[in-house]
Amino acid sequence: MSAITAEPRDTVQPDKAAPPLLQTIGITKDYPGVRALDDVSFELRAGEVHVLFGENGAGKSTLISILAGANAPTAGRIVLRGEEVHLHSVHDARDLGISAVFQEFSLIPQMSVEENLFLGAEPTRSGVIDRARIRSEAREILDELGFALKPETRVDRLTRAEQQMVEIAKAFRSDLSVLILDEPTASLTSHETDHLFALIEKLTERGVGIVYITHRMAEIRRIGDRITVLRDGRYIDTVDAGSASEDELVQLMTGRVVGGIFPRLDLGPAGAPVLEVEALSTRDGAVRDVSMHVRAGEIVGMAGLVGSGKSELMQACFGARAVAAGHVRLKGHDTTGRLPRQNICDGFLYLPSDRRTEGLMMMRSVRENMALASLDIPPFSRGPVLDRRGEARKVAELAGRLNLSPPRIERMVEHFSGGNQQKVMLARSLTRSYDLIAFDEPTVGVDVGTRAAIYEFIVDLARAGVAIVLISSDLPEILHLTSRAYVFYRGRVQAEVPADQLTEENVLAHFFERESA
Amino acid sequence: MAENALSSRDRDGGIADVVKRLFVRLGILPFLLVIAIVVFALLSDNFLTPRNLMNVLRQSVYLMIVSLGQMLALLTGGFDLSVGTILALSSVVGALTMSTLHAMYPDMVGLSIAVGCVAGIAAGVSIGMVNGLGVAVFKVSPFMMSLGMASVGFGIALYLTGGVPVYGMPQAFGDVFGFGSLFGVATPVYVAGLLAVGLYLFLYWTPQGRYLYAVGGNIKAASLSGINTGGTLFLTYTLCGFFAAVSGMLLTARLDTGEANIGASMPLESIAACVIAGVSLRGGVGRLENVVLGALFIGLVQNGMNLARIESYLQTVVLGALLILAVIADQIRLRYVASLKD
Repeated sequence: MSAITAEPRDTVQPDKAAPPLLQTIGITKDYPGVRALDDVSFELRAGEVHVLFGENGAGKSTLISILAGANAPTAGRIVLRGEEVHLHSVHDARDLGISAVFQEFSLIPQMSVEENLFLGAEPTRSGVIDRARIRSEAREILDELGFALKPETRVDRLTRAEQQMVEIAKAFRSDLSVLILDEPTASLTSHETDHLFALIEKLTERGVGIVYITHRMAEIRRIGDRITVLRDGRYIDTVDAGSASEDELVQLMTGRVVGGIFPRLDLGPAGAPVLEVEALSTRDGAVRDVSMHVRAGEIVGMAGLVGSGKSELMQACFGARAVAAGHVRLKGHDTTGRLPRQNICDGFLYLPSDRRTEGLMMMRSVRENMALASLDIPPFSRGPVLDRRGEARKVAELAGRLNLSPPRIERMVEHFSGGNQQKVMLARSLTRSYDLIAFDEPTVGVDVGTRAAIYEFIVDLARAGVAIVLISSDLPEILHLTSRAYVFYRGRVQAEVPADQLTEENVLAHFFERESA
Repeated sequence: MAENALSSRDRDGGIADVVKRLFVRLGILPFLLVIAIVVFALLSDNFLTPRNLMNVLRQSVYLMIVSLGQMLALLTGGFDLSVGTILALSSVVGALTMSTLHAMYPDMVGLSIAVGCVAGIAAGVSIGMVNGLGVAVFKVSPFMMSLGMASVGFGIALYLTGGVPVYGMPQAFGDVFGFGSLFGVATPVYVAGLLAVGLYLFLYWTPQGRYLYAVGGNIKAASLSGINTGGTLFLTYTLCGFFAAVSGMLLTARLDTGEANIGASMPLESIAACVIAGVSLRGGVGRLENVVLGALFIGLVQNGMNLARIESYLQTVVLGALLILAVIADQIRLRYVASLKD
C-alpha cells in the first residue's frame, strides 16, 4: 500500500526531458492529385492526452491512419520509444501496443462481443478454439475497463455506444502503450462520455499516451494536455491545452489567407422565396420540426456537426428521405414528399456529400456522369432520342468552363483526382436551368486550388439569381460564403444567424453551447 | 526531352506492352477468339469452311438472344438465373397453344402460329415481370428472385405437359422459323439481328437505355439524379424475359416440339457469354457488340469441340473453365486499368 502512495502520479507525468513515447518525423502522404499530409512532425509523450485539432480534410484522419498502421506514409519516419518502426498493417501496430478506435468500427456485427475481442488472435488448445479461455479473458478485460457488457451478446444487438466500448476493449487485448481515439464521443450520451473520460484518466496514469481527435472545445478543456493543430495537411503549432484560448485555437485552425480562397460575396438583394420549409420532421427523426426558407439569389448556410440534421433536411426536401410531418414549398407550390425526379424537372437539385457512394458512377465516363440528370432535355436529347453530338459538345464546354484536368470527357471518373471528380458532379448543376441548388459538403477531400474554383462557381450561380443552400461542416465556408446561416443541433435549428452577425463566435456558440452545459 | 523519355519507354515495352494495352482496351475476348480459331482450324479441316461457319452462326443464335437479355440484367448489377426456365415455359405454352388452335382450325395456319408465338412470349415475359417486381419493389436479391422463379417456371412447364413433349404444331412453323432461310441465311439469324439492332438503338440512343447503365453504375446516384430506378429494374427483367422467350419460340420451331427440358444450360452459358465479352458482374459496364461476339465465341468453341470429337461431358468442363478464366482475366484487367489509366 505504501508503495503505491510513495510513488506519486508524477513519475509518469509528461516529462520534457524524457524521449517521447511516439514520434513522427516529416511524415508526408500523397494520394493521386492530393497531398494529404505534408512534412508533419508530431510527438506524443507517455501519460498525456494529445489532441489533434483541425478542420475536415486538415489531415488528422490520414495521420492517425498512418500511426495505426492502416496506411503507409509516402515519406517520413515513425519512432516508437526511440526506435524507428515500420507499420505494415494494423496488426503490426497492435503488436507494438498502438491501437486505434476509428469512427467506423471494425466489428463483425453477427459475432458476439468475445468473438470480436479475440478476432484474429483466438487462443487455441491443441488446434481447437479455447472457448472457456476466450470467455474468461474477455470478462477480465471488460471488468477491468468497467464496461457493463456480456461477452456472449451479439454485437448487432448493442447500441452504438456499447459497440464503441467493444472497440476500445479490443485495443486492450495486447499491452497498450498508445491509444488513438477518433471523435469517440460523437455518438455517446453524456453519462457514457463521463465513463470514457474516467477510463482515459486511468490509462494515462498507467503511462499510456492518447491521441485524441475532437472538434469539441469542452472536451479539450476537460481532458487535453497538449493540442497539435493541423491545417491543409501541414503542421501548424502545438500549444498547451491549459493556456490556449478558444479564439487562439480557432485562429490557428482557420488562419489561412482567407482573402485568397474565398471570392467576394457581392450578391444583390435577395429575391422571392424559392424554398419554404414549415415545421418539417423526417420519419427517422434525423430532422425535427424545422422551419426555414431560401430566397432567389442568396446563399444560405447550413452549419452544424455531422449528423445534426443539416444534410438530412435538404434530402427530405429533395425527396430522398421520408417526411413524417410538415410542409415543403418550392416556388410557392406544395412539394412535400415529391420524388427527386419531379424536383429536378421543377428546378431543384441536391448534390450529395459523398460523391463516391451517392454522386458518381465511378466506372463510367465524365460525359455520362455530367449528363445524367438531364438526358430528357436538349441539348442532350432531341425528342425521345439521345443527341450524342449535342451531349458531347455540351459536356466538353462544361469541362472547359470548370477547368477539368485532364479535359478528357471519355475517361472514367474513377481515374480523376478527388477535386476533379467533384467538378464532374458539380457540373450537373449547369446542365439544366435550376432555381435552387443544395450543395452538400461541396469541398470534402478537395485540394485548396480546386476549393477556390468551387467557391467561385457557387457564388457565380448565386449572382445569376439561383437560390443556393450550402451545407457544410467547414466553418470558414459558412462564414465567408453565405448570406445567412442556420445552425443545426441534434435535428433542430438552433439558431438563424443573419449576415451582419456571421462571426466565428456566434456560429460556434450554437455548435457547442449545450455541449459544455 | 520529355518526349524522348516517353518514346524510349514505348520501345522498351515492345510487344508485351502492346498486348497489355490491347488487353486493357478490348478485354479477353479477342485473344480467346484468335486462340480458338487457330486451335480448331488445326484440329479439324472442316472447321474453317464457310458452310461450317454459317452453321456456327445459326447454332449460336439461341444463346445470343438469351445473352442479350442476360446482359441487361448484368448491366444493372444483377443477373437472371431463370432464363432457362423462361425458354422452357415459353416453348411449352407456345406449342400447346399452337397445337390446340391448329387442331381446332386446321385451315388457319398463320393465325395459330401467330397466336401461339404471342402466347409463348407472353408466358416468358410474365416470368420476367415477376422477377422485375421482386427485385424492384420488394428488393429481393436478383439471385434469390430468379432462382426461385426458375423453380416456379420449370414446375409450371412440367405440370402443363406432364413431362412429355408437345407435338402437333403446324408444319409451317418449323419450316419457316426453324429450318427456313432467306438468301442463304437462316431465319433465326434475321430475328437475332433484328433484336440486336433494336436493343442497340434502345441502349445507346435513348435516355432510358443510358439509365440502365446508371442504375448498375451507382443506384444511389441514379436515384438522386431523378432516375426512376425501380421502373428501370422492372423493365430490365421484363426485357430479359422477353429475349429468353423469343429464343424459346425459335428453339421450339427448330425442335418441332414444345419441351419442358430445354434451356437448362442457358443461365450458365448466357452469363459466360456476357462475362467473356467484358460485361462486369458489378454492373454498369459492358457493350452489346461484345456480347454478340461472346455468344458467337461459345458457339464456335462448342462447334469446334464437336468437330474435334470431344465428348459432350468434357465440353461442359471446358465451358465452366472458360467462364472462370474470363472472370480472372477481368480482375487482372482491372488492375492493369488502374496502372495505365487511359
